[in-house]
Amino acid sequence: MQPFIKLSKMSFKAQKYIFILFIIVFSIGVIEALVLSPEDYKQSDSVRIMYVHVPSAWTSVGIFSLIAILSLGNLVFKNKYFLLIAKSLAPSGLVFNIIALVTGSIWGRPTWGTWWAWDARITSMLILCIFYILYILSWRILENKTSVNKVTSLISILGLINLPIIKFSVEWWNTLHQPASITLSGSSIHSSMLLPLFIMTAAFVLFSILIFLMKYNTELIKIKNKGLDRI
Amino acid sequence: MIYEFISMNGYGLYVWSSFIFTLVCFISLYTVIKLQLVKEQKKFKTKYFDLTKDVSETVRKQETYKEILAFTNISKI
Repeated sequence: MQPFIKLSKMSFKAQKYIFILFIIVFSIGVIEALVLSPEDYKQSDSVRIMYVHVPSAWTSVGIFSLIAILSLGNLVFKNKYFLLIAKSLAPSGLVFNIIALVTGSIWGRPTWGTWWAWDARITSMLILCIFYILYILSWRILENKTSVNKVTSLISILGLINLPIIKFSVEWWNTLHQPASITLSGSSIHSSMLLPLFIMTAAFVLFSILIFLMKYNTELIKIKNKGLDRI
Repeated sequence: MIYEFISMNGYGLYVWSSFIFTLVCFISLYTVIKLQLVKEQKKFKTKYFDLTKDVSETVRKQETYKEILAFTNISKI
């Protein structure tokens, strides 16, 4: 049995446990974010939007990085399962990207006085969203296997160029967004706010793993259905 | 106290709508993916049981098709 089929075998069991774990972590995160964490001295309670906005942006960017790495891996090692994994990751990445854009817009209204601004960070996140849509659409539209592989790999590798732009946009340009509060050297956010932020990030990562496992299984069963048609 | 919690110093509309939007997105994505999975599982089940016993036995012995049929034991469908 191939290792990827073994992965599928385990993933059916894993789905159940990850779902339960996600519910627990998400519930704790929501209580921390809405009840236990303090309000900001400047932004007051609107700062609580950060607990869904930031984790969704992080997860979305992280998922696209993985998709691009897997696509590169497919080009180098010619392993079709890399693309299958990348394809299964895309839906949750797109949804997290949309959540980041919408909640960012909602946060912008009380903070900056506008729903939308063509600021470098927001625009680069919007471009990432377009890359996600193009990636998912090409899987749906293109029927020829070779062209699907080439086009999706090209989209994800081109999208990879956008990722450092998202990360460093707040430093390279004058933007409405504040510079990064959390860096490798430390954080300017108080621990009472960092804790719910990390708990929510963990919950979002768990949710993306859950969706990935479900989607990956769906894709494997699709392949098997095609196999059964040939018998 | 409940009113204060809901109003969130006048930012309640923004905070609650962000959290509700996130929750709606989660539920929608989970439902869509789950429905796709169930649909494919049903298709597989139908196709698998459509195979005659003889065909199924012969195919099980062939290396190429082993994995396709092995999956039934894994997913218990």
